[in-house]
Amino acid sequence: MSERAKGLTRQQMCDRLAMEFQDGWIVNLGIGIPTLCSNFDFGDKQIIFHSENGVIGYGPLAAPGAEDLHLVNAGGQHVTLQPGAAIVHHADSFALIRSGRIDVTVLGAYEVAENGDFANWKMAGQQGGGIGGAMDLAACAKHVFVAMEHQTRDGKPRLVERCAIPATARGVVNLVITNLGLFEITREGMALREIGPGVTVEEIKATTGCNLIIPGDVPPVRMRPAHDH
Amino acid sequence: MSARSKVYSSFDDAVRDIPNGATLGFGGFAVVGMPINLYEAVAKQGAKALTCVSNSTRGGATLPADAPDMGQMIKYGQVRKVICAFTAPTRASQRLVLSEYVEKGLIEAELVPQGTLAERMRAAGAGIPAFYTPAAVGTELAEGRETRVFNGREYLLEHALPLDYAFIRAHQADAAGNLRFRRSQRNFNPIMAMAARVTVVEVEEDILPVGAIDPDDVHTAGIFVHRIVKIPPPPEGWWPQRPGSIAR
Repeated sequence: MSERAKGLTRQQMCDRLAMEFQDGWIVNLGIGIPTLCSNFDFGDKQIIFHSENGVIGYGPLAAPGAEDLHLVNAGGQHVTLQPGAAIVHHADSFALIRSGRIDVTVLGAYEVAENGDFANWKMAGQQGGGIGGAMDLAACAKHVFVAMEHQTRDGKPRLVERCAIPATARGVVNLVITNLGLFEITREGMALREIGPGVTVEEIKATTGCNLIIPGDVPPVRMRPAHDH
Repeated sequence: MSARSKVYSSFDDAVRDIPNGATLGFGGFAVVGMPINLYEAVAKQGAKALTCVSNSTRGGATLPADAPDMGQMIKYGQVRKVICAFTAPTRASQRLVLSEYVEKGLIEAELVPQGTLAERMRAAGAGIPAFYTPAAVGTELAEGRETRVFNGREYLLEHALPLDYAFIRAHQADAAGNLRFRRSQRNFNPIMAMAARVTVVEVEEDILPVGAIDPDDVHTAGIFVHRIVKIPPPPEGWWPQRPGSIAR
C-alpha cells in the first residue's frame, strides 16, 4: 500500500478532487477513500464539511485519546468541530441535502458508466445492500465526484459503458478520479482530462471498459493547488 | 405535571408491555445515540415477530463485540422484518448477523435510502401520509412503484413510517420528558420520538427536576416522550467506549 511504482496514491486522488472545491462550498464526503479529501490544505478557501448524521462544519479527525464519544462523521470516525459548527437532526440533515444545498458530494463507487450513472450500494451477487445516504446525496447534490480504484481486484474495469450492478443514481457523475487519472463525464461521453504519474494513455485505454474522449496532449494530474493570485 | 410519572427505575419495566408483532424504532448512528441498554431490555423481554427500524443492524467499531444490538434480537428469533439503510455490510470482509437470516428467507429486509428513512418517520410524526422524493429514482428500489413528475423532474412516492415504540438515547432529560441530545447523538432520535405512539428513552445524566431545562433549550418536547430511564454507570449500564479501549 505504501508506494506505488506509478499512478496516484489514495491521498493524491483525493487531493486532486479537493482542488476543485470552491470557496464557500458545502461538501459531503462518503465513507472510505473520499474521507481523505478533508486532509487537503484548502489555504484561504472556506469549506464547510457536512455529514449526513447532522453535523455541519466538522473538522479534522480527533487525536487518539481526545475523541468526543458523542461526535462522529458519516463513517463513524470521531471528528472535531470547527468554530461555527451546528448540529441538526437526521430529517433536517437530509432536508438540506434534498433541497440542493450540498455543492459537492464525493463518493466511492464500484462502477461508473460513461453516461454518468454509477453504482456503489450493492456488490454483484449480494442480497440486500448498503445504501446509507448515497442515493439522496447522488440525486440532489449540485456536483457528484467519484474516487475509486481504476480496476477491481480481479483486474476488471470500473469505468464502463453501462453499469452491470444496480445503479445508485442515473446520469449524475461529473468527475471521476482513479489511481490512473482524472475523467470528466461530458455530454459527448467520458473524457480523459489528466493522467497519473508514469501512466500511459495506452494503459488507460486497455484498463477502461468504455470509449474515452482523449485529447492529443493529456496533461499530468495536477499535484498542487493553483494558488489564487 | 402529569398523573403518572414518566421516570422508570429499570429498563425491564420500561419495555414490559411490547406485544408480539409490534413495529419498533431504534435510534442512533454508528453507536452515538444508540439505545444499547434498551436493545438489551427488549431482547430480554422476548417479544417476537417484530418489525425493527434503524439506520443499520449493527452499531460500529466503538461497541464491544458482545454489546447488545439488533443482531442479538435477530439471533434470539425476535425479528420478522428490518427496515434499514444498510442491510448488507459495506465491505466484502464484513459479515452481518442479519445476512444469514435474510439468505435463508427467515427475515424480510426492506432497504431504504437514509434520507427517505428519516423523512418517512418525520412524515409519520407530522401527520403526513406520504411524500415524493428524488432519491432512488431510476434505481432497482423504484421498480414498479409510483413516480410523478413535478417541474420536469421525476420523484418517487414514499409512505410515512409510523412506529409503535421508539427506543432512543439522550444526554439530558427532565422528569417531564423534555430531552437534550449532545453533538451527533441527535441523529434519528427526535424524529423517532415523534413517529412513535410510545417513546422510551435511556438517559446519560441524572434525571433533572421539571423546569430545570430552559424551554428554549429543549430539543424534543416532553409530550413526545413517555418513559425515561437513567443509565447506570458501567459495568451495569452500557456506554460507548473509546476506540483504543476495546479489546479485540
